Amino acid sequence: MTTSEINRIIIIGAGQAGAETAQRLRQGGFKGDITLIGEEPCAPYQRPPLSKKYLLGELPLERLLLRPASHYAEEHIVFQSPVKAVWIDRANKRVRIEGGRELPYDALVLATGARPRKLSLVGADLEGVHTFRTAADADAIRPRFVPGAKLIVIGAGYIGLEVAAVGRQLGLDVTVVETAVRPLARVTSPEVAGFFLDEHTRQGVRFVLGGQPAVIKGTDRVTGVALIDGGELPADLVIAGIGVNPDTALAEQCGLKVENGILTDAECRTSDPNIFAIGDVASRPMLHYGNRIARLESVHNAVEGAKIVAATILGQKQAVEAPWFWSDQYDLKLQIAGLFQGYDHVAFRGVMADRSFAAFYYKDGKLIAVDAVNRPAEYLGAKMLIQTGRSLPPEVITDESRPMKELVASAR
Amino acid sequence: MPKITYIENNGKEHVVDAPVGQSVMEAAVKHAVPGIDADCGGACACATCHVYVDPAWTAKTGEAGSMEQSMLDFANDVEANSRLSCQIKITDALDGLVVRLPKSQH
Repeated sequence: MTTSEINRIIIIGAGQAGAETAQRLRQGGFKGDITLIGEEPCAPYQRPPLSKKYLLGELPLERLLLRPASHYAEEHIVFQSPVKAVWIDRANKRVRIEGGRELPYDALVLATGARPRKLSLVGADLEGVHTFRTAADADAIRPRFVPGAKLIVIGAGYIGLEVAAVGRQLGLDVTVVETAVRPLARVTSPEVAGFFLDEHTRQGVRFVLGGQPAVIKGTDRVTGVALIDGGELPADLVIAGIGVNPDTALAEQCGLKVENGILTDAECRTSDPNIFAIGDVASRPMLHYGNRIARLESVHNAVEGAKIVAATILGQKQAVEAPWFWSDQYDLKLQIAGLFQGYDHVAFRGVMADRSFAAFYYKDGKLIAVDAVNRPAEYLGAKMLIQTGRSLPPEVITDESRPMKELVASAR
Repeated sequence: MPKITYIENNGKEHVVDAPVGQSVMEAAVKHAVPGIDADCGGACACATCHVYVDPAWTAKTGEAGSMEQSMLDFANDVEANSRLSCQIKITDALDGLVVRLPKSQH
């Protein structure tokens, strides 16, 4: 497949990855047909604010839209929603959509995202038990976010903790149940996890750590969560934030290589050269981490995938950033750069008691990641170092007498 | 509704209707002004919405906050009138605002 042979592009999935791909292709001068297929009933929007300002009621959905709904027609992007793609015929390069219509493609982009894991417990189907990923999920939850309501969050990852923070800000009675012995166990160090545990506790969130939910109680609506150790917590609302599964159904159906997500190369090409996969559903080599394969669930990964695919189709090159991520809880802005997995040393700049500090993660003496709380300079500085393959020794990076910018400039 | 003029690095001008209460970044992104990436959607997490405020307007847009300034310190080609456009809130007083875009956001 050469670039000049691509006249028809179909993008399945209209989250940030899919929508940005369409936009970047047009902005880059692609003149052919672009069809963007989404399952949700509204124009593509940003998900991160759903568990933050949207749930708080500070931002309407309209301001979450990536582009106004009218933009797609103006840019000659055929946006079809809510529409479900059900079958990919790779031999004939066609996508079948629900209802039987078939659409031909020269290049196909799979940006199908991920689906939240559901609790596999008796009572998980009761009214008042929710997962959290879409605007519809947030809309279903919001009327129940009233002062005094008893909220149980199952799972203390970023989504769970952000929802817990909003719950407390709106005066709910919040309990977080987590099977691990600490929150954020998969995504940060015990030290930083301890900081967030203390913050939430100070804000009035109760934690049941090492807690195993056994049954969701209730007759038609949820009334509580019974734990395996015999305890029972009353609940008006249960939100499960226990991770997501990449939506690989279409890829598996048509025989693409899938290993914890659709496997791609650095150009986001799947095992079929005419099909790309990006965003939460895709695993690709991490340039700054010895090309180890990882599947990232983040805005950065969604947008970068879109940029890479658009550049590849347009015959251009796209620079790759170090992975980045953020989480807002109360007045804390956590900014993360890099991948901390496998670290063997952590060094702190600033102290947690000031609610402003950065944790730098090292492996074999080299900086691999940062968690920065209310410390944007440390975040961006570390991101720049990781991106350019540079590092600073722990005793240097933690020297607060020298500004971060100066330290970064001195690194090699 | 206030109007904002965005001038791309190549000189191309975009005049956009900008609703009061939104940010200078949002108005640009909603009108697909090239040169403002704003990957994070205004969460002050990515520093890819860097603009230069026209000197005639810097008094009205005010100064960068401390978080914004820390982010700007790591942007390319930063000048005294550099701002992150996600942190400039549109008011009636900014009707006619002119901002210029840098060569690149990275």
